[in-house]
Amino acid sequence: MNIASILATKGDKVVTIRAEQSIREALGVLARHNIGALVVVDAGMRPIGILSERDIVRAAAQDEKVFPLLVSQLMTRDLVLGGPGDDLGAVGQTMVQRRIRHLPVVDGGKLVGMVSIGDVVKAQRDQYQGEVDTLQTIVMEGGH
Amino acid sequence: MSLGTLEEPLRVAVVGAGPAGFYVAEHLLRRADLVVDVDLFDRLPTPYGLVRAGVAPDHQKIKAVTAAFDKVAGHPRFRFFGGVELGKDVSVSDLRSHYHQIVYTTGAQTDRRMDIPGEDLLGSHPATEFVAWYNGHPDYRDCHFDLSQERVAVVGVGNVAVDVARILCRTPEELARTDIADHALEALRLSRVKEVYLLGRRGAAQAAFTNPEIKELGELEAADIVVVPEEVELDPLSREALDKGNDRAGVKKVGILQSYARRAPTGRPRRLTVRFLVSPVAVLDNGAGAVGGIRLVRNRLVASATGAIQAQPTDRFEELPVGLVFRSVGYRGVPLPGVPFDDKWGVVLNEKGRVLDPETKQPLAGEYTAGWIKRGPTGVIGTNKPDAAETVAAMLEDAAAGSTLSPVEADPEAAEHLVRQRRPDYITYADWLRLEDLEIVRGRSRGCPRVKFTRVHEMLAALGNRNRS
Repeated sequence: MNIASILATKGDKVVTIRAEQSIREALGVLARHNIGALVVVDAGMRPIGILSERDIVRAAAQDEKVFPLLVSQLMTRDLVLGGPGDDLGAVGQTMVQRRIRHLPVVDGGKLVGMVSIGDVVKAQRDQYQGEVDTLQTIVMEGGH
Repeated sequence: MSLGTLEEPLRVAVVGAGPAGFYVAEHLLRRADLVVDVDLFDRLPTPYGLVRAGVAPDHQKIKAVTAAFDKVAGHPRFRFFGGVELGKDVSVSDLRSHYHQIVYTTGAQTDRRMDIPGEDLLGSHPATEFVAWYNGHPDYRDCHFDLSQERVAVVGVGNVAVDVARILCRTPEELARTDIADHALEALRLSRVKEVYLLGRRGAAQAAFTNPEIKELGELEAADIVVVPEEVELDPLSREALDKGNDRAGVKKVGILQSYARRAPTGRPRRLTVRFLVSPVAVLDNGAGAVGGIRLVRNRLVASATGAIQAQPTDRFEELPVGLVFRSVGYRGVPLPGVPFDDKWGVVLNEKGRVLDPETKQPLAGEYTAGWIKRGPTGVIGTNKPDAAETVAAMLEDAAAGSTLSPVEADPEAAEHLVRQRRPDYITYADWLRLEDLEIVRGRSRGCPRVKFTRVHEMLAALGNRNRS
């Protein structure tokens, strides 16, 4: 299984924000879409950073006046990008190891979606469950 | 008003009677707290989708999953409308006026292209057509494959590619014990194929085939397996990935392939060569518009940012003199008339199984999808079970919230009347079970599981006059 099989059931919307927008706007977008992170893109829809709820929480804990700050001031610039064909096994390992919760996915340089660690874990669980189920069926019903 | 009671059952149409369709039906019908009617449609008279038309005939144990589907079909609130096609016999708006919910489970009905020159030369075919042909799918009954060729390339190392290679290497005696379609058995009896190449773009550790499958390739009666030793040596990237992932099955797979590389040929009449780290760049013309060879580029492995191992072409090329090419580089979904489609991933446009309006990106009330047409062609048969569960959870949540279609005729009789009007010769599940019995009886005298009917008119004729008027 690969990243494409996760993105296939996420509609084709990717929720993004621009670096020059405010944290107030970013919080509105996060709340409206009920998600945990936003990909920060430039005018050409190329990802340049990621802004997660944790980035905002961390900043708010230091200073309660976070609302007027700009996305560019709080976003993480050190990006790991996935591709639609990447195996979930490798992706899951890398996300756990590097403590990445949200992985923007690019195809030909363009942002095509985002997968969360929860998405990856669920897809892998479904895959294993499916394999076990198929094997059980073969053992129980087959054999003739 | 609440749906799902004896007075007002939740009425659901499921389109496509493959594993995903049956699992959706199963999840809906086993609810003790809800009364649900499920009508399962299929464009073919026969159910089971790829379990009948995809799973290889020499893998009967995998086909045994149909016993579980028959149990679902035995539920008193389940009906099968076989031989009824969406977009031809009934439309989405017909379904909308008879059901509260519609689920599209039509699978991935076409194959992905390689996008290389020569791909459409005579003798270059999608592997899926060959599979559907040897499994007796009526739409592929009249396909022709030039089995007078001695050398064949099968592009891909997934389950479909392995099936095709194995079937090409089997003896007629081995095949005669399976439920392979009669016409395919006759054609394969005359096969002159001597050399089959399975071509993998990445390394041995990344090949999609499973260990039982690769073991089976080493135990063929009439074919020696050949593996190039350098191509199954473990490179540092793959070794690291296997170690980090504690991937014992992967280590075993590489070990099996390495043991094949050490085998000496035993002089069996056929040879199955499994190649890694090669990608086709062109199918070559023999001068008469047919396949005369295949040009390959050698690949090396690189890791992406996420650590996924990918093939990168080098500047080294080679040519294989083959006369027949089967491509098996993936399946792809086909758009359904009247149903939003996501062209990028080749699936029905959906979020967790809810079909989305392409304009607003919001769910369309009452329309859902599951299986390969929802998530793309990945996983084994059983993977469709959790997938269907996710879709059914969304359906029940929406039904409880009162968000369904508003059918003007939410009545089982009206739906049946509509189908009978459009397709008087439609097939019920009882018809199908009778047809299957006939297939099994035909097989008994020959010592094989069944002899399939492979033409729709044969199926209808075998069932005789089923007076429905």
